[in-house]
Amino acid sequence: MMPLIQASYFAAAILFILGLKAMSSPVTARRGIQWAGAGMLLATLVTFATPGMQSFALMILAMALGGGLAGYLGRVVKMTDMPQMVAIYNGMGGGAAAAIAALEFSRGHVQGFTVTLLAVLGALIGSVAFSGSCVAFAKLQGIMKKAHRLPAQNAVNLVLALAVLGLAVKLVAGPFPLGRDLALFFVLSLVLGVVLTSPIGGADMPVVISLLNAFTGLAVGFEGYVLGNPALVIAGIVVGASGTLLTQLMAKAMNRPIANVIFTPISGAAQAGEAPIGTMKEASAMDAAAMMRFAQKVIIVPGYGMAVAGAQHKVWEMARLLQEAGIEVKFAIHPVAGRMPGHMNVLLAEAGVPYELIFDLEEINGEFATADVALVIGANDVVNPAARTDKSSPLYGMPILNVDQAQNVIVNKRGKGAGYSGIENTLFYGENTRLLYGSAQQAIAGVIAEIKTLAG
Amino acid sequence: MDNLMLLYAYLFVLAAFTGYEVISRVPVILHTPLMSGSNFIHGVVLVGAMVALGSADTNQPWQLALGFFAVFLGAANAVGGYVVTERMLAMFKPRQKPDAAEGSGK
Repeated sequence: MMPLIQASYFAAAILFILGLKAMSSPVTARRGIQWAGAGMLLATLVTFATPGMQSFALMILAMALGGGLAGYLGRVVKMTDMPQMVAIYNGMGGGAAAAIAALEFSRGHVQGFTVTLLAVLGALIGSVAFSGSCVAFAKLQGIMKKAHRLPAQNAVNLVLALAVLGLAVKLVAGPFPLGRDLALFFVLSLVLGVVLTSPIGGADMPVVISLLNAFTGLAVGFEGYVLGNPALVIAGIVVGASGTLLTQLMAKAMNRPIANVIFTPISGAAQAGEAPIGTMKEASAMDAAAMMRFAQKVIIVPGYGMAVAGAQHKVWEMARLLQEAGIEVKFAIHPVAGRMPGHMNVLLAEAGVPYELIFDLEEINGEFATADVALVIGANDVVNPAARTDKSSPLYGMPILNVDQAQNVIVNKRGKGAGYSGIENTLFYGENTRLLYGSAQQAIAGVIAEIKTLAG
Repeated sequence: MDNLMLLYAYLFVLAAFTGYEVISRVPVILHTPLMSGSNFIHGVVLVGAMVALGSADTNQPWQLALGFFAVFLGAANAVGGYVVTERMLAMFKPRQKPDAAEGSGK
């Protein structure tokens, strides 16, 4: 039986890699997830035939409960809530890796330097990914409203990290680990995940989710070694490496080194930046409609506000009305708009916006100067001109969409307060900026109604 | 270092390079589905969890509980990851000419 199982794991590993490869092109992406899915099914089914296994009833019950619940939620959840679902499923993977480590320790199966080292590392990383992802989920779901920063946050992080590492060294170097040390090690690792993630907010959130995803991959890979299972090692390490690369790409897009994301989170309360000058001027739905209806070129900049309101269909309906009137409409997407990279692309694709109308930061930034209207829908930090000009701003140096260079700027936001990260946005006070208050859904619906009256 | 350990060392390094290479040329629009897809792939931890639970001592409730927890979480990771990724990618049906979306295609 064993050779057949091993061959199946080998085939599954190849399917995973081919699937991941296919998922990096829009044409083959769907095939990619199906290949990977076939690999997973194969690997799971043959595992039942592993010699000497017991507790099948318990195993099947756990699979039915976990898989059933996650499958159901994954199917019914709104497209706009996808980021937190990815975060929580990722956390569960990390938790599973940590639980495997705990079980292998309590079975007394972890022996020898390398095995113990990787088991401990996998447990640490998996626990951090588990609790960190739960915090990320809570934040995106709106259960946890604000970024919580402890006094002397970095000192707390450091002490906690050192304590965990100290315990890890003790576990690896010492004789067979004591239950008490192990329990403390897991608890501290979980706390570390919470403490590291809690202060992070705003535009940094996607980077954190991606980083935790890479963490889980590594943890799975390490526990794969402990269990002597090459399929886990290959899949885990491939995800660990690709996740790290993806995290770097995102961090680079924001011009914020990963270390800064974790140790000096963007938070307006701590560093104020320059106080903005000018006043915020309000626009009615009528004003906004008229500005766009009589423009030649409109660039729409969607952000998290559009996702929260689920307004992508309304936005596309409005864009089509403008197109029918002969107005050039383009969508500009910042690499970290929303709470995950590509979040906005997914939502616009769902609404049916063709790819040709959607542009990256580098492609479109030169065009704002020629646009009559830039319509910002619930985006904030990614259009804050302070990132270009104000050295004291925490955002300084991050590439932004230069919406302030458009003739007119309309910003749709829910209220007058500062954005998610709490940083004042000088764009809102600009001479050519008008604010359209209200949730994206109702505000855009209002604009659509007004555009229709203008046409008639 | 024995032979098996050496083989695993090769496996770690080659897998790391593979992971890096495989996604080094991916358009921004696929970042979220790709993250979600790789999230699904580490759901293979389910296999490890099954083996761990299957070899747990049936007289030790703690071991069974840990194994149950691991399988539960692993199954949620795998199934949830698949469903969510599949739903996202279903929206990327080749509509017009998908090449236009590659953009600068870094």
